[in-house]
Amino acid sequence: MSSEFHPRNEAEARHIEALKQEHLLLDHKTRAEMNDMVMEAVEDTSREWKIAVTVLGLVTAVTLFGAWGYMMLNGLGLAGIRRPIYWGLFIVSFVFWIGISHAGTFVSAILRVFKAEFRRPFTRAAELMTTFGLAAAGLYPLVHLGRTWRFYWMMPYPNQRWLWPNWRSPLLWDFFAINTYLIGSTLYLYLPLIPDMAMARDRSTGWRRAVYGLLALGWRGTEQEWKNLQKAIQIFAWAIIPVMFSVHTIVSWDFAVAMKLGWHSTIFGPYFIIGALLSGIAAVNVVLFTVRATTKNMRYFIRPEHFDALGKLLLIISLSWAYFFFNEFILEWYGGEHTIKEILKFYMFGDIAPVWWTMVTCNVFIPGLLLWNRKFRRTPWLMFIMGIVVNIGMFAERYVIVTGALSRNRFPFDWGWYEPKLVEISIVFGTFMLFLFLYTLAARFLPLIPVWEVEEGQHSHTWRRIGKAVLPAVSDLESLD
Amino acid sequence: MAGGNGHEEHTKWVMVIDLDRCNGCGACVTACAMENNVAFVGEEENAYGRGMHWLRLQRYWEGEGDDLRVRYIPTMCQQCSNAPCEPVCPVYATLHSEAEELNLQVYNRCIGTRYCANNCPYVARTFNWFDYEWPEPLNFQLNPDVTVRRRGIMEKCTFCIQRIRRAEEDAKAEGREVYDGEVQPACAQACPTEAIVFGNWRDPNSRVRQLAASERAFKLEEALGTEPKVIYLAGGRHEF
Repeated sequence: MSSEFHPRNEAEARHIEALKQEHLLLDHKTRAEMNDMVMEAVEDTSREWKIAVTVLGLVTAVTLFGAWGYMMLNGLGLAGIRRPIYWGLFIVSFVFWIGISHAGTFVSAILRVFKAEFRRPFTRAAELMTTFGLAAAGLYPLVHLGRTWRFYWMMPYPNQRWLWPNWRSPLLWDFFAINTYLIGSTLYLYLPLIPDMAMARDRSTGWRRAVYGLLALGWRGTEQEWKNLQKAIQIFAWAIIPVMFSVHTIVSWDFAVAMKLGWHSTIFGPYFIIGALLSGIAAVNVVLFTVRATTKNMRYFIRPEHFDALGKLLLIISLSWAYFFFNEFILEWYGGEHTIKEILKFYMFGDIAPVWWTMVTCNVFIPGLLLWNRKFRRTPWLMFIMGIVVNIGMFAERYVIVTGALSRNRFPFDWGWYEPKLVEISIVFGTFMLFLFLYTLAARFLPLIPVWEVEEGQHSHTWRRIGKAVLPAVSDLESLD
Repeated sequence: MAGGNGHEEHTKWVMVIDLDRCNGCGACVTACAMENNVAFVGEEENAYGRGMHWLRLQRYWEGEGDDLRVRYIPTMCQQCSNAPCEPVCPVYATLHSEAEELNLQVYNRCIGTRYCANNCPYVARTFNWFDYEWPEPLNFQLNPDVTVRRRGIMEKCTFCIQRIRRAEEDAKAEGREVYDGEVQPACAQACPTEAIVFGNWRDPNSRVRQLAASERAFKLEEALGTEPKVIYLAGGRHEF
């Protein structure tokens, strides 16, 4: 154990101290200390928090559900969509939130599978983003319906009229893909939460104890329980990855399978996945900064090193996005089809050009020019701003794809222009509020840090002396059983 | 449906539109709206792009100065044999009728995803953005043969299926086949220049068949493989 590691001289002590400052997993604390820190954060239902939750809840109720109800009562015409742009801000936001929901799984599952140690403290914060992102995304297929009250006709259920949904429709694929992902990612969030629920149960009283106890499923921490849990998490981490890939691919098929120029593109599947990861990982930065700034003891768990690592990831994904974008755009252009050229001209120089250039600037130029800088990546508030900037870019991307392509059709007579109206803007704003509301609520109920995973990481990080040098040593070998 | 209903082959309804004859008067648009209870959305909504007309006159300007010409293409649902709108509907609200070889729109089944409208290369479909009222005296002329649609659903040209049905029933009652020209959609009936002709493709002597033999015949975006059942005869200076 590292706590028994004794430096031989002053310089060594400084060296070790510096590394401890930098890396959470070298900065050992006891399990009891970390438990207390996390529980203190969870139970910190201060007055400010209560006000925040109340305000967010009320704003959500009015701007999201109020506006939605108003629109249902009067008709979808309250939105700005019109012939030939039949999909607008709702579908844009739907794709956006599905994208946000991808980062949780990516950060957690893929980094877990590849044993990226820096993931440990923030997997849960990212997984929660997935769940709440899906909660926001899942509303849109209902919001955008002309007759929302008939949404259940999309479900295959036995009925007297023997009517069945149409399995050839991408919207039905969406329905199942999203539900599969929602169930899968919620279970994946829940599994690593069980030991933490037990920890919280043992350290709380009253209603909290009752609820945590229920959620802990009688966890006692026996060796067999740990083995089962580890196995289940391993299986889920692998299994959720193809599910995650398929979900956004299927969302892209809503567009790619259509007989619509500007949508019908074979690259849309991977292009959308990369876009989802770009916005999602950017959003992880935003969430981590906010959690760090508003929750007790989080500065110990979430450090500049994590923003640094996420920043590198963001840079790679931004460049990958640029690669896919380039392939999509330039090859379409070279194809030379008349209508396609009109669409691309409309993107670059038409009325929608400000949105298109925002996309290129925020997704490629800004991250590409700034994320090389280590100091930038290590400054949490700068990464927070970067997260917002990239998400503006990705929102713009979806806006261009959905409404821009629909604005230019084969017959010039069918060209059009779309501007969102107040009800749409209110509902979209409302889902952002919903996300914040759910997250703020969860932040004082669920331990945002998976304490046992951090402890596991700290156990595998030790010090070794080789010659005159003291080096951190990491063991990530899997046990044989 | 080989041998299914006693006929050798069932009918295949097609429409021929001679663009040389079309003078853009708009009588077809009006007749269609009246026959099919197309909602009256008002001037403002119509200007905003919420017009519900099943049939629109695409208008294009050609040339400049003294050579300036205006060209019209009356466009409605092309009743594609291979329709892009059909597979994308999650609830089978838009589907193919085997018996009539038409694209049906089942209003009561539609939940309003509007995917069909996005996927229509002819942008032929319209959406009920609101529940519209017919101002007096238009409310007195609603056609009892056609459903009045409510908000939140798609609709489109049906080739006046109610008229097809009526002619078929009359013919059946009299123990004969439907004769050529017996079925006339409202647009064809109203057209003062007889630019629109409707008939059965399977009848080798039908007028549509004869007109479609013209070298001017073409279909909109034929290369897409949607196999439309509206045949246009090219107008203006014929360059083939």
